Amino acid sequence: MKEFALIFRLKDIADFKPSPEQMHERMNWLASIAAQNKLVDKGNTLLPTPGSAKIVKPNNVVTDGPYTEIKEFISGYIVIKADTIDEAVEIAKSNPIFDQVGGNIEVREVLKRD
Amino acid sequence: MIETRSHKELLPHLFRQEYTKMTAVLCRHFGLKYIEIAEDIASETFLKAFENWAINGIPENPTAWLYTVAKNKVKDYFKHISVFETKIKETIKPTEFEIEQDFEFSDQNISDSQLAMIFSVCNPINSTESQICLALQILCGFTVEEIANALLTKTETIKKRLQRARTNLRNNNFQLKTLSETEIKSRLGTVLKTLYLLFNEGYFSKTNNQQIRKDFCLEAIRLTLVLTENSLTDTPQTNALLALMCFQSSRLEARTNDKGESILFDEQDRSLWDRTLIEKGNYYLVKACNGNEVSKYHLEAGIAYWHTTSTDQNKWKHILQLYNQLIFIEYSPIIALNRIFAFAKVYGYDKAITEAEKLKLTNCNYYHELLGYLYADTDFDKAIYHYEQAIGLTKSKMEKQTLTKEIERLREKKHLLT
Repeated sequence: MKEFALIFRLKDIADFKPSPEQMHERMNWLASIAAQNKLVDKGNTLLPTPGSAKIVKPNNVVTDGPYTEIKEFISGYIVIKADTIDEAVEIAKSNPIFDQVGGNIEVREVLKRD
Repeated sequence: MIETRSHKELLPHLFRQEYTKMTAVLCRHFGLKYIEIAEDIASETFLKAFENWAINGIPENPTAWLYTVAKNKVKDYFKHISVFETKIKETIKPTEFEIEQDFEFSDQNISDSQLAMIFSVCNPINSTESQICLALQILCGFTVEEIANALLTKTETIKKRLQRARTNLRNNNFQLKTLSETEIKSRLGTVLKTLYLLFNEGYFSKTNNQQIRKDFCLEAIRLTLVLTENSLTDTPQTNALLALMCFQSSRLEARTNDKGESILFDEQDRSLWDRTLIEKGNYYLVKACNGNEVSKYHLEAGIAYWHTTSTDQNKWKHILQLYNQLIFIEYSPIIALNRIFAFAKVYGYDKAITEAEKLKLTNCNYYHELLGYLYADTDFDKAIYHYEQAIGLTKSKMEKQTLTKEIERLREKKHLLT
């Protein structure tokens, strides 16, 4: 089995705070992956809010971000295991939230550094 | 009411209650290496009681009588050893038995010894199966036959397993006398797991012998209670485990009918649920929530708690959430399937079928039983197909019977409707 990171991107910062109902759906979705024994790491949420997000650039330039300059921002990630990337894509497709709020899920095979 | 009881009734009861305690105290005194000597002395004590009480009647305080005899037997044993060492071997050298002969069967010593014994039996050098067998024998006083019956295993296999495990224990030289705090902390996880499995062995036992199932569960509770009585082992996890055991045991009476067939949760007679045990469960669950720790025992106790409430509208939502958290902590096919059951109660059977089929646990009878159940109202053929698969996979006769009945019921229903 290979491991894949699912990286979640949202379009609108307003969607970052999910409703209780969405939270439940997200939990159910995560648990459903775990119930198939395919969840490697339930990952984390990455805060995009002021004071919690900065971008470090060359020459000591630090900006608030990423929400100021790009439309889509990363809101979190999880790591799953699957035999093929197609299987991983199917799991990503079953996410109930991104369909409702827009955004996308990037699926990337994990290459472990030892 | 001792006068009205004959010694033949009282002794087995006392034996179960006191034999393991006596062995624990003696073992702590001699060291685990000499566990057989400790067990011999305890057995001889009960033998003497059996002979003596038959003639002289039951003494006023049977337990005290037993402990006095045991103490004397220990003294005799030391006398014998010293005679052997000085006269027969004629060499006087320091022996391993130069332990002070004075010890008490006081309540404190008994409970400390029991705790020490629990910790020495739940030793990771032995496999979990062996640990459970050892616990059943050394901590709970079950015979090899009783253990073999309950675990549906051959007596010979259990005997061999126990022998090997005991040799490991002796060679491991675990210190019973002074349990250090670090030792206790590092081994508590193993101890809780063994007690948890011991309880499950009783609660989900494959045997139809109701009495032995109940005994297993009650013994697991008794041992976990010992842990709550010592400040070092009275942790939130221990309390959560105890709460779980109380909640589950409260339904023991309601779970099976006279024939030993299991009764589904929905069909259980709730008046048979043991209210006292439920209240005890509540008490320990509150104690378990002292702090921020959420272990799998907390989550399972939480689920068991919701099962004891019958009316709350959001009951299944809560249960589903707890199962979600539980599956993050630990994957197991059974948890995955139980989660789907809760999911079905919240989101309906159709959605649950889609979820269930993702699990692809086609070699597991419970998977097919669940799918059979979920299809039973909407698709008779699929339901029958899954129940048939389950019959082919299960080893339990009782389950086969229940499922066959269910298939017949579905066939009749289908016949009536078409």
